[in-house]
Amino acid sequence: MNALEIFGNSIYNTIRDVLPLVAIIAFFQLAVLRRPLLNLPRLVCGWCFVVIGLSLFLTGLKLGLFPLGEEMAVQLLQRPEVNIQEAQVVEGAAAIVPFYNYYWTYIFAFAIGVSTTIAEPALIAVAMKAEEVSGGTIRAWGLRLAVALGVGIGVAMGTLRIVLGTPLPYFIITGYVAIMIQTCFAPKQIVPLAYDSGGVTTSTVTVPLVAALGLGLASRVPGRDPVIDGFGLIAFASLFPMMTVMGYAQLAAWLNRRPSQRTSNLE
Amino acid sequence: MRTAVSLRDLRKLMHAIGFPLWNSLSDLLPIIAVVAVFQLLVFQQPLRNAGQLFLGLSMVIIGLSLFIAGLRLGLFPLGEGMAHDFARKGSVPWLILFAFCLGFGTTFAEPALITIANEAAHVKFAEQAGDEARALQRTFALTLRTTVAIAVGIALMLGVVRIIKGWPVQYFILVGYCFVMLITPFAPSNIIGIAYDSGGVATSTITVPLTAALGVGLASSIQGRNPLFDGFGMIALAALTPILFVLGLGIIWP
Repeated sequence: MNALEIFGNSIYNTIRDVLPLVAIIAFFQLAVLRRPLLNLPRLVCGWCFVVIGLSLFLTGLKLGLFPLGEEMAVQLLQRPEVNIQEAQVVEGAAAIVPFYNYYWTYIFAFAIGVSTTIAEPALIAVAMKAEEVSGGTIRAWGLRLAVALGVGIGVAMGTLRIVLGTPLPYFIITGYVAIMIQTCFAPKQIVPLAYDSGGVTTSTVTVPLVAALGLGLASRVPGRDPVIDGFGLIAFASLFPMMTVMGYAQLAAWLNRRPSQRTSNLE
Repeated sequence: MRTAVSLRDLRKLMHAIGFPLWNSLSDLLPIIAVVAVFQLLVFQQPLRNAGQLFLGLSMVIIGLSLFIAGLRLGLFPLGEGMAHDFARKGSVPWLILFAFCLGFGTTFAEPALITIANEAAHVKFAEQAGDEARALQRTFALTLRTTVAIAVGIALMLGVVRIIKGWPVQYFILVGYCFVMLITPFAPSNIIGIAYDSGGVATSTITVPLTAALGVGLASSIQGRNPLFDGFGMIALAALTPILFVLGLGIIWP
């Protein structure tokens, strides 16, 4: 594990990620818009910061957090309470560990979902923009906590689903129906942002750790197929933030309404 | 004159780097707490490689601070600037083409998508061996990548048209999810998980801020649009269309 080697690799990947973007922007800027960019050195400097910063960030994760997280996921599945197959035989069927014995897995999944989402760079970016655009009525930290809570619940539910073996579409479709109903009652302003936060959550930090947990769990729980059951955790992680963000806005609106009703009838 | 300006810029720049270091540390505190609690209290094991872990964490903190400074200096101004310029030019077809290229180009080159596509192809043709199967695998991986990239391109296109017209995003999302529910039962079971996951994978850490800035910039430069209500929503579309398209690919693929 050579830190420099990992950093070089990260830089290469990030540049490969950015290159098409720069090419497309340059083409449209030069050929279509034909306007000079304001403050070009500053822009270039900013883009260099983004590339170097993201590469450093990824290198740091690969050096420290990812190996540790994967190791912890493995340790979690070797705990005694989830390895008592012979002790409890359900009549007729194969030996089964009751789903509630995996409680540490669910707690770990929740904690990892919440804490990695707080550090997710794309979410920080969107929360910054949202606070700026809303004039401060949406707080960046409030939004990030709401999304993090959603991801935590989502990943925990996802691990529960792997243990139970319920088909993925049942959960997802129920979730979509719940979101549709909630959309009708949530403040209109928050809806696009809530929908966006579903897609934002799952990028650099959360996905690798969550995927390791999901694949590890699916290959250890008897009767699960990593191919069919291992995927799908990310879908859970992007479903629940929509609910929690709308819930956050509903809560904020409700809290705002209460004192104003008491003092005046502005509403 | 020039040096004075650049000196001021430099000071602003130093401030832009220095200030967020503390913020980045507080962003990472939850992860540190979770790792410490589980490692020390639940597993009751000492931290191995503490030095490497510390090095990694310092890199993460510096990297995150740089990234956020870069957002403020480069990504956000560029996205909003281009949105304003397109709005001033008033040429809708070019704007739509730009949105499609942005979505397609960035997604097709996305490393996470390349990994997932290869993995999915490997899984799908696992029982077959030989050169023919390997060729099939490669074709499938490439088709999957192209499908997701086209889906994201179309999503950004739709997102731009939606902002121009002022249509609420929930209609698109509701109709889209209805379609997803309708076609899920017809898709082969080994593609469903991949399809649902591909929605989250397609939106990378660099594309998301740029898309947000583009949407917000566009909504604030068109009269009658609210940046909060109309500006957001593009990422949601970009997370939805890949699910639909990959499910469709799973049904069509022989």
